[in-house]
Amino acid sequence: MATAATTPAEAPSRGAISAPSILVVFLLLAAASYGALIWAPTENTMGLVQRIFYFHVSSAWTGFVSFIMVFIGSVAYLRTRAPKWDWLSVASAEVGVAFFTIVLVTGPIWAKPVWGIWWTWDARLTSSFLLWVLFVSYLVLRTLVDEPSRRAMVSAVFGIFATLDIPLVYFSIWWFRTQHPQPVIGDGGKLDARMGYVLLLCWAAMLGVMTLLIGLRYRLEAMRSEVDAYRMDAARGGR
Amino acid sequence: MTLARAASVILAKELRTEFRSRELLGTTAVFVLIVMVLFSFTFNPTSSESRRFGPGLLWLGFLFAGSLMLQSSFLREQTNDTLAALRLAPIDPFSILAGKMAANFLFLLIVEVILLPVFAVLYNVAIFPVLGQLLLVLTLGTIGLAATGTVFSAVAAQARLRELLLPLLLLPVLAPVLIASTEATIGVLGQPSELSLVWLTFLACFDVVFLTAAWMVGEYLLEE
Amino acid sequence: MATPHASSSNGGSSPVRSPRLRIDFSEVEKRYGMRLALRGVNLSISAGECVALVGHNGSGKTTLLKIAAQLTQPTHGKISFHEGEAPVALDEVKSRVGMVGHHTLLYDELTAEENLIFFAKLFGLTDPAGKAHAALEPVGLAGRAADLVRTFSRGMRQRLSIARALLASPGLLLLDEAGTGLDPEGQHWLASAIQRLCDSGCTILMSTHGRNETQAAVTRAVRLDGGKITHDSGVGGDPKKVLVLAAVRESESDSNSEAES
Repeated sequence: MATAATTPAEAPSRGAISAPSILVVFLLLAAASYGALIWAPTENTMGLVQRIFYFHVSSAWTGFVSFIMVFIGSVAYLRTRAPKWDWLSVASAEVGVAFFTIVLVTGPIWAKPVWGIWWTWDARLTSSFLLWVLFVSYLVLRTLVDEPSRRAMVSAVFGIFATLDIPLVYFSIWWFRTQHPQPVIGDGGKLDARMGYVLLLCWAAMLGVMTLLIGLRYRLEAMRSEVDAYRMDAARGGR
Repeated sequence: MTLARAASVILAKELRTEFRSRELLGTTAVFVLIVMVLFSFTFNPTSSESRRFGPGLLWLGFLFAGSLMLQSSFLREQTNDTLAALRLAPIDPFSILAGKMAANFLFLLIVEVILLPVFAVLYNVAIFPVLGQLLLVLTLGTIGLAATGTVFSAVAAQARLRELLLPLLLLPVLAPVLIASTEATIGVLGQPSELSLVWLTFLACFDVVFLTAAWMVGEYLLEE
Repeated sequence: MATPHASSSNGGSSPVRSPRLRIDFSEVEKRYGMRLALRGVNLSISAGECVALVGHNGSGKTTLLKIAAQLTQPTHGKISFHEGEAPVALDEVKSRVGMVGHHTLLYDELTAEENLIFFAKLFGLTDPAGKAHAALEPVGLAGRAADLVRTFSRGMRQRLSIARALLASPGLLLLDEAGTGLDPEGQHWLASAIQRLCDSGCTILMSTHGRNETQAAVTRAVRLDGGKITHDSGVGGDPKKVLVLAAVRESESDSNSEAES
């Protein structure tokens, strides 16, 4: 099977799972953690707990990037029908959901000590929640279709619709909040220069983690597909 | 055979099938009615509260009912494999989707229009002065619901647990429509009544984006 | 996109067209998930042949027919159609193909007449109502035109399904065990209908299970086993041998599977 033969060669080159890259990401994470927890100035009103904001916001941005990759993978799959794009889509969707889970967990952790409530339906948190639900649906859809090429096709179509929905979700929730303002829980307060640097560093670290995770998940999917192909060859040979 | 012509032949067939039994329309209307009644138990329907909460509950009712009703769109084509019969015909595969989208739009709109007076009575809202604007909001919102719902019905038809799957896929994607339609309806029913251009334009954008997406990728769903 | 062909697909007043369609399957492979339904199928069917596809269940007959009907695309290889020397675009061919499948492909909630008119319209036929009525006569359903298909017996549905396939006077007729559900009288009618179509130049590809009347018109037999062609009596050859061989093999495999289970 042509596709099976090319995957082992492809997988290592995509996703960069080599030791140096793991080291780089680890260093980035270490630097980001240091920056967020120690180097960045403490925020006036919120104190120490505000530091979680660096991870909260950078996770959201990283989640976005993951979901954009779902879009790319879905479109590419429909165009080329090459399974590797489907592997990319599912890997990106899972990693995106993971990052948005971080967003949804760090949000309340931040909010409770500072504002006394666990959850608020402010624009960003609500949008994040909806995005999370949207891509969890994508993953549920995948578990309900057994045949691989049909599953890939159906996920690609839904994936495209889901990602196109993202800006619409953000705008509608944002405009709704503008019309019905409530005390904004949102930001990390005023950002001074050092905070800005740390935020960007955190984002870079998160992007590194994202790339690693997507690469690993992609590889897993590629291997699964290879096993299936071998099984099929065996079945064919047996006749 | 042009896309429009094939789609209208299919639309006519859908309409004929449904109007013969009217079971789908009837059941859907009753379902929305039940939802409206149940919702009214959750708050005190005084006039001002009705105007604030009512439209949201109305649209929620439409969304839930819609996501149940839209199931049958492609499930019907699985008995006797009539979908294969449609695909054998020398027509653009998208015309199958287009015909069904148009049919679902009409069915949903009919249910909504029937229930509007009921809503007005149950929640003490005056709809007749603003009927035109209300219909405009209904139309724009329902286009989004029908277009997306029909495509997802084709998606769900290929999966297991399709009764649960269709609402699971549809409701999150339609959240913007829920927000926009509800806000627009509240505006129209407000005193003084106002027609929010922002929300209407947003709904129109939603419709255009998803109709275009359906046109570009929908036919892949019909392949075997 | 279809390139408009000289011979228009909008049927004129002549009852039968003889477009002399030839099909070529080249290296056709079809995979469903992990299962290979067809492998390396090379088959050329000339215009006007009446080909019987034989083989036990799961040998790939239905898949081959579906590919010919363009209901599904091969995972490898391709099919092509020719009229004489000129290739015919795949989109154009669709209007000249009629198929009778495992399912009836009919809407239970519509009447026989409404079903036929609907499909006549989709095939772009002029005077859909007239063509629908004309198609009901030969299958003996003219009297039940206004009845819902839901009320039809199995045999009647099968006959209506066949009428549907013949609506657009196809140049290629694909039959997937079209005889099932028909009583002996129906089978006899089907056999003579196939003979008539064959005589008028329609290319026929039909999958059949066992010996029945419809085999009388067959000019060529092809046997499939496990998705491959094992026997082909060839153009102008004698199909009888392959048919008998197939029947013997089938009863063998039937008794084998009985012995195993």
